[in-house]
Amino acid sequence: MLTTAAPAVEILGAEKTYSSGTRALLPVNLAVHRGEVVTLLGPSGCGKSTLLNMIAGLLSPSAGEVRVWGNVRGTGAAPAASGVSFVFQEATLMPWARVAANVRLPLDLQGVAREEADARVSDALRLVGLEKFAQAYPRELSGGMQMRSSIARSLVTEPTLLLMDEPFGALDEITRNRLDDELLRLRRQRDLTVVFVTHSIHEAVYLSDRVVVMTARPGRVVDELAIAPSVPRDDAFRVSTEFATYAKRLQDALLAASTNADEALA
Amino acid sequence: MKRFLPPTIVAIVLLGLWQWWVTAFEIPVFLVPSPVRIAQTLVADWALLSGALMVTLKVTFLSLVCSVVLGVAVAFALVQSRWIETAFFPYAVLLQVTPIVAIAPLIIIWVQSPTLSLVICATIVAIFPIIANTTLGLRSVNPGLVSLFRMNGASRWQTLIRLRVPSALPYFFGGLRIASGLSLIGAVVAEFVAGTGGTGTGLAYQILQAGYQLNIPRMFAALALIAATGVLLFVLMGWLSHRALGGWHESARATDSAF
Repeated sequence: MLTTAAPAVEILGAEKTYSSGTRALLPVNLAVHRGEVVTLLGPSGCGKSTLLNMIAGLLSPSAGEVRVWGNVRGTGAAPAASGVSFVFQEATLMPWARVAANVRLPLDLQGVAREEADARVSDALRLVGLEKFAQAYPRELSGGMQMRSSIARSLVTEPTLLLMDEPFGALDEITRNRLDDELLRLRRQRDLTVVFVTHSIHEAVYLSDRVVVMTARPGRVVDELAIAPSVPRDDAFRVSTEFATYAKRLQDALLAASTNADEALA
Repeated sequence: MKRFLPPTIVAIVLLGLWQWWVTAFEIPVFLVPSPVRIAQTLVADWALLSGALMVTLKVTFLSLVCSVVLGVAVAFALVQSRWIETAFFPYAVLLQVTPIVAIAPLIIIWVQSPTLSLVICATIVAIFPIIANTTLGLRSVNPGLVSLFRMNGASRWQTLIRLRVPSALPYFFGGLRIASGLSLIGAVVAEFVAGTGGTGTGLAYQILQAGYQLNIPRMFAALALIAATGVLLFVLMGWLSHRALGGWHESARATDSAF
């Protein structure tokens, strides 16, 4: 069960090599503490999604170990039942089911009683501001609203750890910024620990307590940057010098990493 | 209404031209009967033709039902493992590419009941699109949703019923539309083959008989009934698919002008 002393996520030398010999991810050591928002930032092919999928239990590491709340991944209950939720790159809703039914799906699969499930679905929809759209079909919603439904679905199981794989990548910038704000609000309200994958430097700076910089060929962790927790996350922050300084440092780290990789190849 | 008006206008114009051409050039009725003459024959021979129509309809519907039941069952079996699909799918293709006229005589000899033999032939013709489309549909599942189901500890059964089956429905209905037309074609073709053996009294048999007797208006009347049945089946399947997928799938929405 939930061991409060243990970090939310502990990655101990976990790596991924496919049977074809492709090294998707070199050994990673990383701890995510309770209540933290940690972003995995890097270009495509840097193994950030691979790492997230290993935390989710959807992929198993070829060597090393991944622990969530102190429990080794791949043993025990289904990930979602142990307080882990996943938000995918796209909304990934069932087109044939109404929003409410989509959000209720994890509870249905886990066998939660109908009445309790319905109450929790209403709560989750209210949390993301979609209570009026419970009876709509996904295709009737905008991209941002579909993503909100997807977030509501991930929150309905009352997770302690939220894993997000470039969830807002397909949205326009205005919608994305708004959803970033909503995510930070939800994180406070629900005392969530979040591991967030993105390739946007700005999103990483805005959301994170800590940014883990990764690079490709082969995928690995190259740097880490803490964002001062005292900074208020608001529109002023987005245009501040502080923000630009963080962004610059991340950009430099990414650039340095990719230059080194190219040199290594040459 | 907008959907029915243009084809109706086309039909009226074509039939009018046909009527005018036959009358103006005094085409003999044993070559090309006029639409009015065909309509008269349809009424005059209704007792005979309606009986034949019922036989053809019965074979068509039975074979469509068999295709759906067997086709869906085969599709479910095929998606159980890649090995099963690789091993058995070529035989489904074999069924598809063998001309029914070539196997029909054998089936008619082997199977005592005339109706059953016709149903078997028509099923062989109609089953392939159901198998192929349903298999494709059961496999065309959003990988993200599969992960979501896995993360929530869904059983194989839950994944099948709540995810694979609904994902497959649009594909299945696409197959059903094609199969409905094929089951009618299969029923008619099989009856042509069987008819020479003296069994069956469906529409195809009426066409053969009328041909021997040079009763061309009756041939056309029977032909008109087959065509009408085909169109009706197509419309019916379209309606069914619209009812089943209404609201959520693109194909069901295609006729809504708003989108």
